[in-house]
Amino acid sequence: MAEAQNIPVGSTTAGQIAVAAESTVATRMSAPPSFDVADFPVPHGREEEWRFTPLERLRGLHDGTAAATGDGVKVTVEAPAGVVVETVGRDDARLGKAGTPVDRVAAQAYSAFEKAGVVTVPKETVLTEPIRIAVHGEGGIAYGHQVIELGAFAEAVVVIDHTGDAVLAANVDYVLGDGAKLTVVSVQDWDDKAVHVGQHNALIGRDAGFKSFVVTFGGDLVRLHPRVAYAGTGGEAELFGLYFTDAGQHQEHRLLVDHNTPHCKSNVAYKGALQGDDAHAVWIGDVLIEAKAEGTDTYEMNRNLVLTDGARVDSVPNLEIETGEIVGAGHASATGRFDDEQLFYLMARGIPEHEARRLVVRGFFAELVQQIGVDDIEERLLVKIDEELEATV
Amino acid sequence: MATLEIRDLHVTVEADNAEKEILKGVDLTVKQGETHAIMGPNGSGKSTLAYSLAGHPKYTITGGSVTLDGEDVLEMSVDERARAGLFLAMQYPVEVPGVSVSNFLRTSATAVRGEAPKLRTWVKEVKEAMERLNMDPSFAERNVNEGFSGGEKKRHEILQLELLKPKVAILDETDSGLDVDALRIVSEGVNRVRETGEVGTLLITHYTRILRYIKPDYVHVFSAGRIVESGGAELADKLENEGYEAYTKGGASE
Ligand SMILES: Nc1ncnc2c1ncn2[C@@H]1O[C@H](COP(=O)(O)OP(=O)(O)OP(=O)(O)O)[C@@H](O)[C@H]1O
Ligand SMILES: [Mg+2]
Repeated sequence: MAEAQNIPVGSTTAGQIAVAAESTVATRMSAPPSFDVADFPVPHGREEEWRFTPLERLRGLHDGTAAATGDGVKVTVEAPAGVVVETVGRDDARLGKAGTPVDRVAAQAYSAFEKAGVVTVPKETVLTEPIRIAVHGEGGIAYGHQVIELGAFAEAVVVIDHTGDAVLAANVDYVLGDGAKLTVVSVQDWDDKAVHVGQHNALIGRDAGFKSFVVTFGGDLVRLHPRVAYAGTGGEAELFGLYFTDAGQHQEHRLLVDHNTPHCKSNVAYKGALQGDDAHAVWIGDVLIEAKAEGTDTYEMNRNLVLTDGARVDSVPNLEIETGEIVGAGHASATGRFDDEQLFYLMARGIPEHEARRLVVRGFFAELVQQIGVDDIEERLLVKIDEELEATV
Repeated sequence: MATLEIRDLHVTVEADNAEKEILKGVDLTVKQGETHAIMGPNGSGKSTLAYSLAGHPKYTITGGSVTLDGEDVLEMSVDERARAGLFLAMQYPVEVPGVSVSNFLRTSATAVRGEAPKLRTWVKEVKEAMERLNMDPSFAERNVNEGFSGGEKKRHEILQLELLKPKVAILDETDSGLDVDALRIVSEGVNRVRETGEVGTLLITHYTRILRYIKPDYVHVFSAGRIVESGGAELADKLENEGYEAYTKGGASE
């Protein structure tokens, strides 16, 4: 799609590059970060961080009325030898090290969970098989916390797979030791009614590499907040995302990369396809380059493909630069549509309608899917995309 | 021998909530190996004819018939028409986000030929066809028509014509927006396909310029939704000298 080729109806794309002495990213939040839910007022919907989210569909996660039920989610961890898998209490010192909740629901999750999961890959352990964490919704309400910690020079791939039906607020901490390499694939393949809100914090050690794929297909409302900060120089973050937003679904991805350390890199690429009435995708990409972060190299982009009328995209990249001593900084956002003329063009070349849609959507996602590197997940995504397309016609 | 027969074709479009008749009884027969030029003023309905033959959903057929080798074209879906051997090079080719030219061409060739072309010969075939049209190999990796200049879009259309080898090719103002060099390259592409003797060509144009490169067997003057005069190549010379005025002001209009 051409740059900033926006759809006049049903889409907004805003973007800004601010050179500011004071961070608007921080001041745009209605309360400072805190682990305690009581530090956040109950949102009313007009706050900057809540203005796109239909609060009434959060099922009480935001106002304290959603009490955990016994049958929330079932978490199963499958890990290769050498990995330490634990379930720990609230007072475990390893919890909350990668970041502090920045909104009311994340703080609610942190204040309400009873047990947390901690998965540790000891230093210099290089895994050849992925760690798989299955989070299966059993129909109830749940709060959770998961820590994934890699020691220095450890390497791992983690797949977190969300399925079933639940109302879930859960945060994830990724802590990468020096030189560690972590690839995370978080798949939100929920049933239609599920609600899932979470903050994912990554703290990237010196010369460490963090690669994340956030893949959202299902749910009534999914709102994820991946955040990255650096604990040492030379860190690198690649944040990739794919979403396929169907009729009635609200899928919101809000990212923050905090370049708080010199000579670190970040690359953000999220792509979404939308179809059906009231499909709503929200993408917020905040990148902050702090005054001390000279040598930063960052790029972020969001692309949306609107397949039918009635879908809406809000895409807001926001790059804030407090130092001029950087290698590069850029952002892009574009929303294009697959319309009848495109369909006609492809069909006029002999390509059947179903195949034409598939060609467009697969092509759109291909460059991201191919980078995942976990075969069964790649295959499942392609199948999933086809299923989503079947559902429309 | 493949034959496209258009009989008394009437077509409407919806404009301002009313059906407006654009084609008012078109009769034309195009046989394999023949080249017919359709010339007419702006707005006379040339593109409407082209789109209607290809099956664009905006146009409603209200009367008449179109057959290809006796098969009812109007009953076919857009993709079926293409697979039956109809090809439309569009006046305004459409940009398709997310689909690379190479992927598009291969998917299309697979659909039209009924089986996937063998990869090795296919790559060579595409590469050579692109070279002949002076298209940079990098186009294969770009998205279909996205950011292409007007001339590049037209070359891309002719590239498809060469690869898909239709029975009947409808070229809607393939010459418009081309400079002299591009016009020559594109015309040579069309002529290569014509020289096989296996394609019937319907060359829609507003100007006589392209007819210096592509010699038509028949020239038809199109005005106000129908063919108002037919003749040989000499009719184009007459139009070149006299313009369309005789047709637009005369009895041909409603
Ligand atoms: N989709 C449409 N909606 C409304 N009017 C249309 C539509 N398509 C064509 N028309 C009208 O039909 C008439 C014929 O249009 P058409 O594009 O077929 O002409 P043309 O001969 O190809 O012209 P040109 O030489 O400018 O390409 C014009 O008056 C045009 O405005
Ligand atoms: Mg036209």
